Amino acid sequence: MIVIDNLQAEVEGKAILKGVNLTMNPGEVHALMGPNGAGKSTLADVLAGHGDLTVTSGSVRYYDQNLLDLAPEERSHAGVFKAFQYPVALPGVKNAYFLKAAINAHRKAQGQDPLDAFDFIQMTKEAMVRVGMDESFLQRDVNVGFSGGEKKRNEVLQMLLLDPKFAILDETDSGLDIDALRTVAEGVQSLRDSKRTFLVITHYQRLLDTIKPDFVHVLANGKIVKSGGPELALTLEDQGYAWLSDVEGHNDKS
Amino acid sequence: MTTQNQAIEDHLNQRYQHGFVTDVDADTLPPGLSENTVRWISAQKNEPDFLLQWRLQAFRHWQTLSEPQWAHLHIDPIDFQAISYYSSPHSKKDAPKSLDEVDPKLLETYEKLGIPLHERAALAGVAVDAVFDSVSVATTFKDKLAEAGVIFCSFSEAVQQHPELIKQYLGTVVPYRDNFYATLNSAVFSDGSFVYIPKGVRCPMELSTYFRINAANTGQFERTLIIAEPDSYVSYLEGCTAPMRDENQLHAAVVELVALDRAEIKYSTVQNWYPGDENGKGGIYNFVTKRGACRGQASKISWTQVETGSAITWKYPSVVLQGDDSVGEFYSVALSNLCQQADTGTKMIHLGKNTKSTIISKGISAGKGQNAYRGMVRVTPKAKGARNFTQCDSLLIGSSCGAHTFPHIDAACDDAIIEHEASTAKISEDQLFYCLQRGISEENAVSMIVNGFCRSVFQQLPMEFAVEAQKLLEVSLEGAVG
Ligand SMILES: Nc1ncnc2c1ncn2[C@@H]1O[C@H](COP(=O)(O)OP(=O)(O)OP(=O)(O)O)[C@@H](O)[C@H]1O
Ligand SMILES: [Mg+2]
Repeated sequence: MIVIDNLQAEVEGKAILKGVNLTMNPGEVHALMGPNGAGKSTLADVLAGHGDLTVTSGSVRYYDQNLLDLAPEERSHAGVFKAFQYPVALPGVKNAYFLKAAINAHRKAQGQDPLDAFDFIQMTKEAMVRVGMDESFLQRDVNVGFSGGEKKRNEVLQMLLLDPKFAILDETDSGLDIDALRTVAEGVQSLRDSKRTFLVITHYQRLLDTIKPDFVHVLANGKIVKSGGPELALTLEDQGYAWLSDVEGHNDKS
Repeated sequence: MTTQNQAIEDHLNQRYQHGFVTDVDADTLPPGLSENTVRWISAQKNEPDFLLQWRLQAFRHWQTLSEPQWAHLHIDPIDFQAISYYSSPHSKKDAPKSLDEVDPKLLETYEKLGIPLHERAALAGVAVDAVFDSVSVATTFKDKLAEAGVIFCSFSEAVQQHPELIKQYLGTVVPYRDNFYATLNSAVFSDGSFVYIPKGVRCPMELSTYFRINAANTGQFERTLIIAEPDSYVSYLEGCTAPMRDENQLHAAVVELVALDRAEIKYSTVQNWYPGDENGKGGIYNFVTKRGACRGQASKISWTQVETGSAITWKYPSVVLQGDDSVGEFYSVALSNLCQQADTGTKMIHLGKNTKSTIISKGISAGKGQNAYRGMVRVTPKAKGARNFTQCDSLLIGSSCGAHTFPHIDAACDDAIIEHEASTAKISEDQLFYCLQRGISEENAVSMIVNGFCRSVFQQLPMEFAVEAQKLLEVSLEGAVG
């Protein structure tokens, strides 16, 4: 179980998260929506442990651990995965090399031997078929010259290979063509099981049509201002966020 | 007579009295430099008169020079009278007596680099005869070379065995007047390597200083001469990845390469001098003059170097492209971490027609390291159809380090084609976070990015050397971030 309790965080002295509360159980898929600049990516970064962010208050319980006590790579080893909204390019680093380094770092943390070259290639090629990526991407530098959609597929590929317990997808559906969108949705669906938790940050209903989240939350101005079932996403698609400002104002006064 | 000269005089007497050096102390010349010192060194080595005269000319010229001032290096003044200019291979007065006396940090590094146990003592400068298990290896090695007619021996040995070659080529690429440190080296050089590849011979193996056992003690003024006769080929490897401990702070080596018609010389260096302790104390000053002459038509010389270590590095391997259609190449990775300063680069001098040069320089700065690239491409009026391509990239790790590039192009021939590309990149927080999020440690992330950055240079190194170089960078960058 993942419990975010009154989480407050700032960047360069500016408060961004102003008391986020959210509980997620194994097997659940939570969608997080909200206007631009609300703090969605910031929340994802705080959970993953980005060094630029300072947590000023609150806590995050991750099963039996205090998540905020762990170093970013330890969180990764513990099963936290974040698909980046803007995946970073690593010039000179071959994708195959990077994937292998990541997989073996996880295996090492679990006390397993490194994967041999043959098993690695086999496992990676299988996963690449699932996300619709050509094998030639293994020989290219990580995210260098990848199109927007190719970067997102590459994120999903990493998710499949690292087999996370808690996957955060930050706008993995943005900028995708219809095929890519289906790939991402199927990627999530295929991993969905009773032990895994997803936090899917999105602006669009399209992805949620396939994924069918258990819960939908709206983050605005650093707080979760509304939570509901899948129907909330439909309402948002229809009416936008404007009607929620009342809710927010009302909450602030109380 | 000054007391210093008196001391040398005493040494000379001692030597002549006994005919050989008896006690350990007498093996080392007391500090100081004078004409007598030069004569003493030459006599000690039993050198022919032409060599003594050459040394003396150099010494007299050196006395008229003053130490150069460097724009981008901060150097404490060097007291040339406080240096001892001769130390026989077996006398290492201040050397540790056993591995127990060696800086544990250094030993830790050997461990990480995977240096075999039996070699660690020799590398750490322990005062025992360097006993390598590789004696038998070295012997088979020598037999094979002799079969091919290749000469590969110490410089001193070559002076005795092949004086005519020394006389013909010494100082023809780097004249004794070349620069302050080359002049000093010409006067007092201790030893070094000599290579001769006969006409039409492709040297059957990589020549590595590693196998030349006495190379361990060639001292601070090393001299190397490589001659490749027409249609021959040689690949020469200098140094090794293990940090060399050395009590001599100043190193001023000279390397001369001569490639005749269609000959090719590939010279690779992986250098990792002891950078000193945590405060930079005891680090090596490394002033090297390396130059190759593509004397023959369609000859080729390429320098590949991976440098880390020394407190101060000043080094510009250069190629003089005399022969028509000759080719010069320079591939370099220079890393400066801690308080290290590196000032490196190359000179390509185009004299012949249709000569071509390529320069790929990768500078990495971390910690408080300062890295400067200084390159010069000169095309003389007669060098019709000359081409140069230069690529000069810098990678910064952290925010207290610096990179500087000083390209200099001097083209006196209209149809020369000269291309220059430069870039500076920084390993960003976002890149590191991306790797961390995938479970990769910060150190592995940095070394992964650095290795990627250096790939085009590592590809030029012989396979085994490339693997070592990669490991070396990893170890050198430990703790560079965070
Ligand atoms: N380094 C920074 N310095 C100052 N402000 C920052 C910094 N990083 C983020 N912010 C601000 O924090 C706020 C939240 O940003 P965040 O990226 O979390 O929004 P988001 O909800 O993900 O928006 P979007 O839907 O556009 O992706 C924004 O106003 C942003 O400008
Ligand atoms: Mg965002």
